[in-house]
Amino acid sequence: MNDLWGAVGHAVHLLVTGEDYVWEIAARSLFVSGLSTLLAAVVGIPLGSLVGLKRFPGKRLVVTLLNMGMALPPVVVGLFVYLLLSVSGPLGFLRLLYTPWAMILAQTVLAGPMIAALTVSAVMSANPAIRQTALSLGATSWQATLTLLVESRFAMGAALVAGFGAVISEVGAVMMVGGNIAHSTRVMTTAIMLETGKGDFQLAIALGLLLLLLAFVVNLGLHALQHGRQPA
Amino acid sequence: MMSLALGQVTHGYGGRPVLQDVSLEVPAGRALVIMGRNGAGKSTLLRLLALLELPDRGEVLVDGAPVPRPVPLALRRQVALVFQQPLLFHSSVFNNVAYGLKLRGLPRREIRARTEWAMDLVGLTTLAARDATRLSGGESQLVSLARALAIRPAALLLDEPGGDLDQENARRIAEVVRSYHETVGASAVLVTHDLLQARSLASQAVLLKQGRIAARGSFDSVLRQASALVDAEI
Repeated sequence: MNDLWGAVGHAVHLLVTGEDYVWEIAARSLFVSGLSTLLAAVVGIPLGSLVGLKRFPGKRLVVTLLNMGMALPPVVVGLFVYLLLSVSGPLGFLRLLYTPWAMILAQTVLAGPMIAALTVSAVMSANPAIRQTALSLGATSWQATLTLLVESRFAMGAALVAGFGAVISEVGAVMMVGGNIAHSTRVMTTAIMLETGKGDFQLAIALGLLLLLLAFVVNLGLHALQHGRQPA
Repeated sequence: MMSLALGQVTHGYGGRPVLQDVSLEVPAGRALVIMGRNGAGKSTLLRLLALLELPDRGEVLVDGAPVPRPVPLALRRQVALVFQQPLLFHSSVFNNVAYGLKLRGLPRREIRARTEWAMDLVGLTTLAARDATRLSGGESQLVSLARALAIRPAALLLDEPGGDLDQENARRIAEVVRSYHETVGASAVLVTHDLLQARSLASQAVLLKQGRIAARGSFDSVLRQASALVDAEI
Protein backbone atom coordinates (compact mmCIF):
# COMPACT_ATOMS: atom_id res chain seq x y z
CA MET A 1 0.00 0.00 0.00
CA ASN A 2 2.87 2.35 0.92
CA ASP A 3 4.47 1.54 -2.43
CA LEU A 4 1.27 2.54 -4.17
CA TRP A 5 1.07 5.91 -2.38
CA GLY A 6 4.75 6.45 -3.06
CA ALA A 7 4.11 5.80 -6.74
CA VAL A 8 1.18 8.22 -6.73
CA GLY A 9 3.33 10.88 -5.07
CA HIS A 10 6.06 10.42 -7.65
CA ALA A 11 3.48 10.46 -10.43
CA VAL A 12 2.16 13.81 -9.22
CA HIS A 13 5.75 15.07 -9.06
CA LEU A 14 6.26 13.96 -12.68
CA LEU A 15 3.15 15.84 -13.75
CA VAL A 16 3.93 19.00 -11.78
CA THR A 17 7.54 19.21 -12.88
CA GLY A 18 6.46 18.82 -16.49
CA GLU A 19 8.22 15.61 -17.51
CA ASP A 20 8.59 15.96 -21.32
CA TYR A 21 7.88 12.29 -22.02
CA VAL A 22 4.52 12.46 -20.20
CA TRP A 23 3.36 15.66 -21.85
CA GLU A 24 4.48 14.53 -25.30
CA ILE A 25 2.31 11.41 -24.96
CA ALA A 26 -0.58 13.41 -23.57
CA ALA A 27 -0.39 15.91 -26.43
CA ARG A 28 -0.35 13.08 -29.01
CA SER A 29 -3.35 11.43 -27.36
CA LEU A 30 -5.28 14.68 -27.50
CA PHE A 31 -4.31 15.27 -31.13
CA VAL A 32 -5.21 11.74 -32.30
CA SER A 33 -8.47 11.44 -30.36
CA GLY A 34 -9.48 15.08 -30.89
CA LEU A 35 -9.01 14.93 -34.65
CA SER A 36 -10.75 11.51 -34.81
CA THR A 37 -13.76 12.90 -32.94
CA LEU A 38 -13.87 15.92 -35.22
CA LEU A 39 -13.76 13.76 -38.37
CA ALA A 40 -16.33 11.37 -36.91
CA ALA A 41 -18.58 14.36 -36.16
CA VAL A 42 -18.24 15.72 -39.70
CA VAL A 43 -19.69 12.43 -40.97
CA GLY A 44 -21.76 11.32 -37.96
CA ILE A 45 -23.80 14.46 -37.24
CA PRO A 46 -25.13 15.00 -40.78
CA LEU A 47 -25.71 11.26 -41.21
CA GLY A 48 -27.47 10.98 -37.85
CA SER A 49 -29.56 14.07 -38.57
CA LEU A 50 -30.60 12.72 -41.95
CA VAL A 51 -31.54 9.30 -40.56
CA GLY A 52 -33.37 10.87 -37.63
CA LEU A 53 -35.35 13.36 -39.69
CA LYS A 54 -36.22 11.43 -42.84
CA ARG A 55 -38.72 8.66 -43.28
CA PHE A 56 -37.52 5.92 -45.60
CA PRO A 57 -37.88 2.15 -46.05
CA GLY A 58 -35.43 0.27 -43.85
CA LYS A 59 -34.97 3.16 -41.41
CA ARG A 60 -35.36 0.85 -38.42
CA LEU A 61 -32.61 -1.42 -39.78
CA VAL A 62 -30.26 1.53 -40.31
CA VAL A 63 -30.91 2.79 -36.75
CA THR A 64 -30.28 -0.72 -35.39
CA LEU A 65 -27.01 -0.97 -37.34
CA LEU A 66 -25.87 2.42 -36.04
CA ASN A 67 -26.74 1.38 -32.49
CA MET A 68 -24.76 -1.82 -33.01
CA GLY A 69 -21.90 0.34 -34.26
CA MET A 70 -21.73 1.95 -30.82
CA ALA A 71 -20.55 -1.36 -29.44
CA LEU A 72 -17.85 -2.03 -32.05
CA PRO A 73 -14.94 -3.82 -30.31
CA PRO A 74 -11.81 -1.65 -30.74
CA VAL A 75 -9.62 -4.66 -31.54
CA VAL A 76 -11.94 -5.68 -34.37
CA VAL A 77 -11.85 -2.15 -35.76
CA GLY A 78 -8.07 -2.22 -35.33
CA LEU A 79 -7.86 -5.48 -37.25
CA PHE A 80 -10.07 -4.12 -40.04
CA VAL A 81 -8.01 -0.93 -40.39
CA TYR A 82 -4.78 -2.95 -40.16
CA LEU A 83 -5.85 -5.17 -43.08
CA LEU A 84 -6.92 -2.09 -45.00
CA LEU A 85 -3.59 -0.31 -44.53
CA SER A 86 -1.18 -3.26 -44.57
CA VAL A 87 1.16 -3.49 -47.55
CA SER A 88 -1.04 -6.06 -49.27
CA GLY A 89 -4.25 -4.22 -48.35
CA PRO A 90 -6.28 -1.95 -50.66
CA LEU A 91 -4.87 1.20 -49.03
CA GLY A 92 -1.37 -0.17 -48.42
CA PHE A 93 0.14 2.18 -50.99
CA LEU A 94 -0.59 5.09 -48.65
CA ARG A 95 1.98 3.70 -46.18
CA LEU A 96 -0.04 4.89 -43.20
CA LEU A 97 0.30 1.83 -40.99
CA TYR A 98 2.15 2.57 -37.71
CA THR A 99 1.63 6.31 -38.09
CA PRO A 100 -0.71 8.58 -36.10
CA TRP A 101 -2.90 8.80 -39.22
CA ALA A 102 -3.69 5.10 -39.03
CA MET A 103 -4.70 5.61 -35.40
CA ILE A 104 -6.87 8.56 -36.38
CA LEU A 105 -8.56 6.45 -39.05
CA ALA A 106 -9.25 3.61 -36.60
CA GLN A 107 -10.63 5.94 -33.93
CA THR A 108 -12.77 7.75 -36.49
CA VAL A 109 -14.33 4.41 -37.42
CA LEU A 110 -14.96 3.77 -33.71
CA ALA A 111 -16.44 7.19 -32.89
CA GLY A 112 -18.44 7.70 -36.11
CA PRO A 113 -21.28 5.24 -35.45
CA MET A 114 -21.50 6.36 -31.83
CA ILE A 115 -21.88 10.04 -32.75
CA ALA A 116 -24.30 9.18 -35.57
CA ALA A 117 -26.44 6.92 -33.34
CA LEU A 118 -26.59 9.48 -30.51
CA THR A 119 -27.48 12.19 -33.05
CA VAL A 120 -30.32 10.02 -34.41
CA SER A 121 -31.59 9.60 -30.88
CA ALA A 122 -31.30 13.35 -30.18
CA VAL A 123 -33.18 14.32 -33.33
CA MET A 124 -35.88 11.67 -32.99
CA SER A 125 -36.58 12.55 -29.38
CA ALA A 126 -36.65 16.30 -30.00
CA ASN A 127 -39.92 17.97 -29.06
CA PRO A 128 -42.24 17.94 -32.14
CA ALA A 129 -43.49 21.35 -31.01
CA ILE A 130 -40.16 22.85 -32.12
CA ARG A 131 -40.98 22.24 -35.76
CA GLN A 132 -44.61 23.29 -35.36
CA THR A 133 -43.61 26.52 -33.62
CA ALA A 134 -41.10 27.33 -36.34
CA LEU A 135 -43.66 26.70 -39.09
CA SER A 136 -46.30 28.76 -37.29
CA LEU A 137 -43.90 31.72 -37.33
CA GLY A 138 -43.30 31.46 -41.05
CA ALA A 139 -40.36 29.05 -41.35
CA THR A 140 -39.84 27.13 -44.56
CA SER A 141 -39.56 23.37 -44.17
CA TRP A 142 -35.76 23.69 -44.34
CA GLN A 143 -35.69 26.52 -41.77
CA ALA A 144 -37.90 24.47 -39.44
CA THR A 145 -35.52 21.50 -39.78
CA LEU A 146 -32.53 23.74 -39.09
CA THR A 147 -34.27 25.11 -35.99
CA LEU A 148 -34.89 21.57 -34.77
CA LEU A 149 -31.21 20.72 -35.25
CA VAL A 150 -30.09 23.89 -33.49
CA GLU A 151 -32.42 23.07 -30.58
CA SER A 152 -30.86 19.58 -30.42
CA ARG A 153 -27.36 21.05 -30.13
CA PHE A 154 -26.95 20.16 -26.46
CA ALA A 155 -27.67 16.48 -27.11
CA MET A 156 -25.33 16.57 -30.12
CA GLY A 157 -22.64 18.14 -27.95
CA ALA A 158 -23.13 15.26 -25.55
CA ALA A 159 -22.69 12.85 -28.48
CA LEU A 160 -19.35 14.47 -29.31
CA VAL A 161 -18.18 14.23 -25.72
CA ALA A 162 -19.25 10.58 -25.55
CA GLY A 163 -17.38 9.84 -28.80
CA PHE A 164 -14.24 11.56 -27.54
CA GLY A 165 -14.46 9.77 -24.21
CA ALA A 166 -14.71 6.42 -25.97
CA VAL A 167 -11.70 6.90 -28.25
CA ILE A 168 -9.30 8.55 -25.83
CA SER A 169 -9.69 5.64 -23.45
CA GLU A 170 -9.46 2.78 -25.96
CA VAL A 171 -6.27 0.83 -26.41
CA GLY A 172 -6.97 -2.10 -28.75
CA ALA A 173 -7.26 -0.28 -32.06
CA VAL A 174 -4.42 2.20 -31.56
CA MET A 175 -2.10 -0.56 -30.40
CA MET A 176 -2.83 -2.66 -33.51
CA VAL A 177 -2.49 0.07 -36.14
CA GLY A 178 -0.09 2.41 -34.30
CA GLY A 179 2.29 -0.09 -32.81
CA ASN A 180 3.09 2.00 -29.70
CA ILE A 181 6.28 3.44 -31.19
CA ALA A 182 8.08 5.89 -28.90
CA HIS A 183 7.97 9.54 -30.05
CA SER A 184 5.75 8.54 -32.95
CA THR A 185 2.58 6.60 -32.12
CA ARG A 186 2.69 6.18 -28.36
CA VAL A 187 -0.43 7.51 -26.66
CA MET A 188 -1.54 7.45 -23.02
CA THR A 189 -3.37 4.13 -23.07
CA THR A 190 -0.63 2.22 -24.91
CA ALA A 191 2.04 3.85 -22.73
CA ILE A 192 0.21 2.82 -19.55
CA MET A 193 0.17 -0.77 -20.82
CA LEU A 194 3.86 -0.65 -21.68
CA GLU A 195 5.03 0.97 -18.44
CA THR A 196 2.93 -1.41 -16.34
CA GLY A 197 4.49 -4.34 -18.20
CA LYS A 198 7.95 -2.93 -17.55
CA GLY A 199 7.15 -2.45 -13.87
CA ASP A 200 7.46 1.36 -14.00
CA PHE A 201 4.33 1.94 -11.98
CA GLN A 202 5.14 5.56 -11.19
CA LEU A 203 5.07 6.56 -14.83
CA ALA A 204 2.03 4.34 -15.48
CA ILE A 205 0.18 5.97 -12.59
CA ALA A 206 1.20 9.46 -13.74
CA LEU A 207 -0.25 8.72 -17.17
CA GLY A 208 -3.30 7.10 -15.61
CA LEU A 209 -3.92 10.19 -13.48
CA LEU A 210 -3.59 12.39 -16.53
CA LEU A 211 -6.08 10.20 -18.40
CA LEU A 212 -8.49 10.39 -15.46
CA LEU A 213 -8.06 14.16 -15.35
CA LEU A 214 -8.92 14.37 -19.04
CA ALA A 215 -11.97 12.15 -18.54
CA PHE A 216 -13.01 14.41 -15.67
CA VAL A 217 -12.62 17.56 -17.78
CA VAL A 218 -14.58 15.93 -20.61
CA ASN A 219 -17.41 14.98 -18.23
CA LEU A 220 -17.33 18.47 -16.76
CA GLY A 221 -17.80 19.78 -20.29
CA LEU A 222 -20.72 17.40 -20.80
CA HIS A 223 -22.32 18.60 -17.57
CA ALA A 224 -21.86 22.23 -18.62
CA LEU A 225 -23.43 21.47 -22.00
CA GLN A 226 -26.47 19.84 -20.43
CA HIS A 227 -27.05 22.22 -17.55
CA GLY A 228 -25.37 25.50 -18.38
CA ARG A 229 -27.53 26.45 -21.33
CA GLN A 230 -26.50 30.02 -21.85
CA PRO A 231 -28.52 32.23 -24.20
CA ALA A 232 -27.07 32.42 -27.69
CA MET B 1 -56.11 43.31 -43.64
CA MET B 2 -56.96 39.71 -44.39
CA SER B 3 -60.14 37.67 -44.25
CA LEU B 4 -60.05 33.98 -43.39
CA ALA B 5 -62.77 31.41 -43.97
CA LEU B 6 -63.44 27.69 -43.88
CA GLY B 7 -65.83 26.25 -46.46
CA GLN B 8 -67.50 22.93 -45.57
CA VAL B 9 -64.34 21.62 -44.01
CA THR B 10 -64.00 18.05 -42.82
CA HIS B 11 -60.68 17.09 -41.28
CA GLY B 12 -59.29 14.38 -39.04
CA TYR B 13 -56.31 12.28 -38.04
CA GLY B 14 -55.80 8.56 -38.55
CA GLY B 15 -59.29 8.12 -40.00
CA ARG B 16 -60.92 9.79 -36.98
CA PRO B 17 -62.83 12.94 -37.98
CA VAL B 18 -62.13 15.93 -35.74
CA LEU B 19 -64.02 18.59 -37.70
CA GLN B 20 -67.09 17.83 -39.80
CA ASP B 21 -68.65 20.14 -42.36
CA VAL B 22 -67.45 23.30 -40.67
CA SER B 23 -67.97 26.65 -42.39
CA LEU B 24 -67.11 29.98 -40.84
CA GLU B 25 -65.72 33.37 -41.77
CA VAL B 26 -63.48 35.87 -40.07
CA PRO B 27 -63.93 39.13 -42.02
CA ALA B 28 -60.84 41.31 -42.50
CA GLY B 29 -59.98 43.24 -39.37
CA ARG B 30 -62.61 41.48 -37.23
CA ALA B 31 -62.20 39.21 -34.25
CA LEU B 32 -63.86 35.85 -33.61
CA VAL B 33 -63.97 33.76 -30.48
CA ILE B 34 -64.16 29.97 -30.72
CA MET B 35 -65.61 28.18 -27.74
CA GLY B 36 -66.24 24.58 -26.93
CA ARG B 37 -65.12 21.96 -24.49
CA ASN B 38 -61.92 19.93 -24.74
CA GLY B 39 -61.80 17.70 -27.81
CA ALA B 40 -64.38 19.77 -29.70
CA GLY B 41 -61.85 20.47 -32.47
CA LYS B 42 -60.89 24.05 -31.58
CA SER B 43 -57.13 23.60 -31.91
CA THR B 44 -57.50 21.71 -35.20
CA LEU B 45 -59.64 24.53 -36.52
CA LEU B 46 -56.92 27.02 -35.56
CA ARG B 47 -54.25 24.94 -37.27
CA LEU B 48 -56.30 24.98 -40.47
CA LEU B 49 -56.81 28.75 -40.26
CA ALA B 50 -53.07 29.13 -39.61
CA LEU B 51 -52.48 27.26 -42.91
CA LEU B 52 -50.31 24.71 -41.10
CA GLU B 53 -52.54 21.98 -42.53
CA LEU B 54 -55.06 21.80 -45.33
CA PRO B 55 -58.38 20.01 -44.80
CA ASP B 56 -59.17 16.48 -45.96
CA ARG B 57 -62.32 17.90 -47.58
CA GLY B 58 -63.54 21.44 -48.11
CA GLU B 59 -61.54 24.62 -48.51
CA VAL B 60 -59.65 27.23 -46.55
CA LEU B 61 -60.18 30.64 -48.10
CA VAL B 62 -57.99 33.72 -47.75
CA ASP B 63 -59.58 36.95 -48.94
CA GLY B 64 -62.24 34.84 -50.63
CA ALA B 65 -59.84 32.73 -52.69
CA PRO B 66 -59.18 29.03 -51.99
CA VAL B 67 -55.70 28.33 -50.61
CA PRO B 68 -53.76 26.21 -53.13
CA ARG B 69 -51.77 23.08 -52.30
CA PRO B 70 -48.99 23.39 -51.28
CA VAL B 71 -49.66 26.52 -49.28
CA PRO B 72 -47.61 29.43 -50.69
CA LEU B 73 -45.04 30.57 -48.13
CA ALA B 74 -45.96 34.24 -48.62
CA LEU B 75 -49.53 33.44 -47.61
CA ARG B 76 -48.54 31.39 -44.57
CA ARG B 77 -46.24 34.18 -43.42
CA GLN B 78 -49.19 36.55 -43.05
CA VAL B 79 -50.70 34.43 -40.30
CA ALA B 80 -49.26 33.77 -36.83
CA LEU B 81 -50.47 31.20 -34.32
CA VAL B 82 -49.73 31.38 -30.61
CA PHE B 83 -49.96 27.94 -29.07
CA GLN B 84 -51.55 27.09 -25.75
CA GLN B 85 -48.28 25.66 -24.42
CA PRO B 86 -45.65 28.02 -25.79
CA LEU B 87 -42.35 26.51 -26.82
CA LEU B 88 -39.49 28.93 -26.44
CA PHE B 89 -36.15 28.25 -28.06
CA HIS B 90 -32.96 27.80 -26.04
CA SER B 91 -31.82 31.35 -26.48
CA SER B 92 -32.41 34.81 -25.08
CA VAL B 93 -35.84 36.46 -24.93
CA PHE B 94 -34.65 38.92 -27.59
CA ASN B 95 -33.62 36.13 -29.96
CA ASN B 96 -36.93 34.36 -29.44
CA VAL B 97 -38.93 37.46 -30.26
CA ALA B 98 -36.69 38.18 -33.26
CA TYR B 99 -36.99 34.59 -34.58
CA GLY B 100 -39.75 35.14 -37.15
CA LEU B 101 -38.07 38.29 -38.45
CA LYS B 102 -34.76 36.50 -38.94
CA LEU B 103 -36.57 33.77 -40.89
CA ARG B 104 -37.75 36.47 -43.28
CA GLY B 105 -34.20 37.73 -43.82
CA LEU B 106 -35.00 41.31 -42.79
CA PRO B 107 -32.19 43.84 -42.33
CA ARG B 108 -30.58 43.72 -38.89
CA ARG B 109 -31.68 47.25 -37.99
CA GLU B 110 -35.32 46.48 -38.80
CA ILE B 111 -35.16 43.22 -36.82
CA ARG B 112 -33.89 45.12 -33.78
CA ALA B 113 -36.51 47.87 -34.10
CA ARG B 114 -39.45 45.49 -34.53
CA THR B 115 -38.23 43.14 -31.80
CA GLU B 116 -37.92 46.03 -29.35
CA TRP B 117 -41.37 47.29 -30.40
CA ALA B 118 -42.94 43.88 -29.73
CA MET B 119 -41.13 43.45 -26.40
CA ASP B 120 -42.22 46.92 -25.35
CA LEU B 121 -45.81 46.11 -26.33
CA VAL B 122 -45.94 43.19 -23.90
CA GLY B 123 -43.70 44.81 -21.28
CA LEU B 124 -40.72 42.47 -21.66
CA THR B 125 -37.97 44.98 -22.39
CA THR B 126 -36.18 44.37 -19.11
CA LEU B 127 -36.03 40.62 -19.80
CA ALA B 128 -34.41 40.91 -23.26
CA ALA B 129 -31.14 39.23 -22.27
CA ARG B 130 -32.68 36.51 -20.09
CA ASP B 131 -32.63 32.83 -21.05
CA ALA B 132 -36.13 32.30 -22.44
CA THR B 133 -36.35 28.72 -21.22
CA ARG B 134 -36.02 29.85 -17.60
CA LEU B 135 -39.00 32.18 -17.49
CA SER B 136 -42.21 31.72 -15.54
CA GLY B 137 -45.38 30.47 -17.29
CA GLY B 138 -46.79 33.99 -17.58
CA GLU B 139 -43.56 35.43 -18.93
CA SER B 140 -43.28 32.57 -21.44
CA GLN B 141 -46.78 33.30 -22.73
CA LEU B 142 -45.89 36.96 -23.13
CA VAL B 143 -42.68 36.10 -25.03
CA SER B 144 -44.66 33.77 -27.26
CA LEU B 145 -47.17 36.53 -27.95
CA ALA B 146 -44.43 39.11 -28.60
CA ARG B 147 -42.76 36.66 -31.00
CA ALA B 148 -45.96 36.45 -33.01
CA LEU B 149 -46.65 40.20 -32.89
CA ALA B 150 -43.10 41.08 -34.03
CA ILE B 151 -43.87 39.69 -37.48
CA ARG B 152 -46.99 41.92 -37.61
CA PRO B 153 -49.30 39.24 -38.96
CA ALA B 154 -52.41 40.20 -40.90
CA ALA B 155 -54.22 37.50 -38.92
CA LEU B 156 -53.38 36.60 -35.34
CA LEU B 157 -54.59 33.26 -33.99
CA LEU B 158 -54.43 32.43 -30.30
CA ASP B 159 -55.03 29.08 -28.65
CA GLU B 160 -56.01 29.60 -25.01
CA PRO B 161 -53.76 32.60 -24.39
CA GLY B 162 -53.29 32.83 -20.66
CA GLY B 163 -55.15 29.58 -20.14
CA ASP B 164 -52.95 28.53 -17.24
CA LEU B 165 -52.15 32.01 -16.02
CA ASP B 166 -53.24 34.13 -13.12
CA GLN B 167 -55.88 36.79 -13.68
CA GLU B 168 -53.43 39.66 -13.97
CA ASN B 169 -51.31 38.03 -16.70
CA ALA B 170 -54.43 36.82 -18.55
CA ARG B 171 -55.81 40.38 -18.49
CA ARG B 172 -52.47 41.75 -19.68
CA ILE B 173 -52.43 39.36 -22.64
CA ALA B 174 -56.01 40.27 -23.55
CA GLU B 175 -55.11 43.97 -23.46
CA VAL B 176 -52.09 43.48 -25.72
CA VAL B 177 -54.09 41.43 -28.22
CA ARG B 178 -56.93 43.98 -28.28
CA SER B 179 -54.47 46.84 -28.72
CA TYR B 180 -52.74 45.09 -31.64
CA HIS B 181 -56.04 44.07 -33.22
CA GLU B 182 -57.43 47.60 -33.00
CA THR B 183 -54.34 49.60 -33.96
CA VAL B 184 -53.05 47.38 -36.79
CA GLY B 185 -56.47 46.24 -37.97
CA ALA B 186 -55.43 42.59 -37.95
CA SER B 187 -57.99 39.82 -37.98
CA ALA B 188 -57.97 37.79 -34.78
CA VAL B 189 -59.23 34.36 -33.83
CA LEU B 190 -59.21 33.37 -30.21
CA VAL B 191 -59.84 30.02 -28.59
CA THR B 192 -60.60 30.45 -24.92
CA HIS B 193 -62.58 29.21 -21.95
CA ASP B 194 -62.31 32.61 -20.32
CA LEU B 195 -65.62 34.34 -21.09
CA LEU B 196 -64.47 37.72 -19.78
CA GLN B 197 -61.38 37.59 -21.95
CA ALA B 198 -63.47 36.45 -24.92
CA ARG B 199 -66.01 39.23 -24.50
CA SER B 200 -63.34 41.90 -24.21
CA LEU B 201 -61.75 40.84 -27.51
CA ALA B 202 -64.51 39.84 -29.91
CA SER B 203 -68.11 40.57 -30.68
CA GLN B 204 -68.60 37.40 -32.76
CA ALA B 205 -68.42 33.84 -31.50
CA VAL B 206 -68.69 30.25 -32.67
CA LEU B 207 -69.48 27.30 -30.47
CA LEU B 208 -67.98 23.96 -31.49
CA LYS B 209 -69.46 20.71 -30.31
CA GLN B 210 -67.97 17.36 -31.29
CA GLY B 211 -66.36 18.83 -34.39
CA ARG B 212 -69.48 20.63 -35.64
CA ILE B 213 -70.65 24.18 -35.23
CA ALA B 214 -73.40 24.16 -32.62
CA ALA B 215 -74.00 27.91 -32.48
CA ARG B 216 -72.72 31.08 -34.12
CA GLY B 217 -73.43 34.78 -34.15
CA SER B 218 -72.87 37.68 -31.81
CA PHE B 219 -71.08 36.80 -28.64
CA ASP B 220 -74.17 37.57 -26.55
CA SER B 221 -76.50 35.57 -28.79
CA VAL B 222 -74.23 32.53 -28.61
CA LEU B 223 -74.23 32.89 -24.86
CA ARG B 224 -78.04 33.09 -24.88
CA GLN B 225 -78.35 29.74 -26.60
CA ALA B 226 -78.45 28.30 -23.19
CA SER B 227 -79.21 24.73 -24.03
CA ALA B 228 -76.26 24.45 -26.39
CA LEU B 229 -74.01 26.19 -23.91
CA VAL B 230 -75.09 24.04 -21.00
CA ASP B 231 -74.60 20.99 -23.20
CA ALA B 232 -71.07 22.20 -23.99
CA GLU B 233 -70.44 22.75 -20.27
CA ILE B 234 -69.16 26.25 -20.58
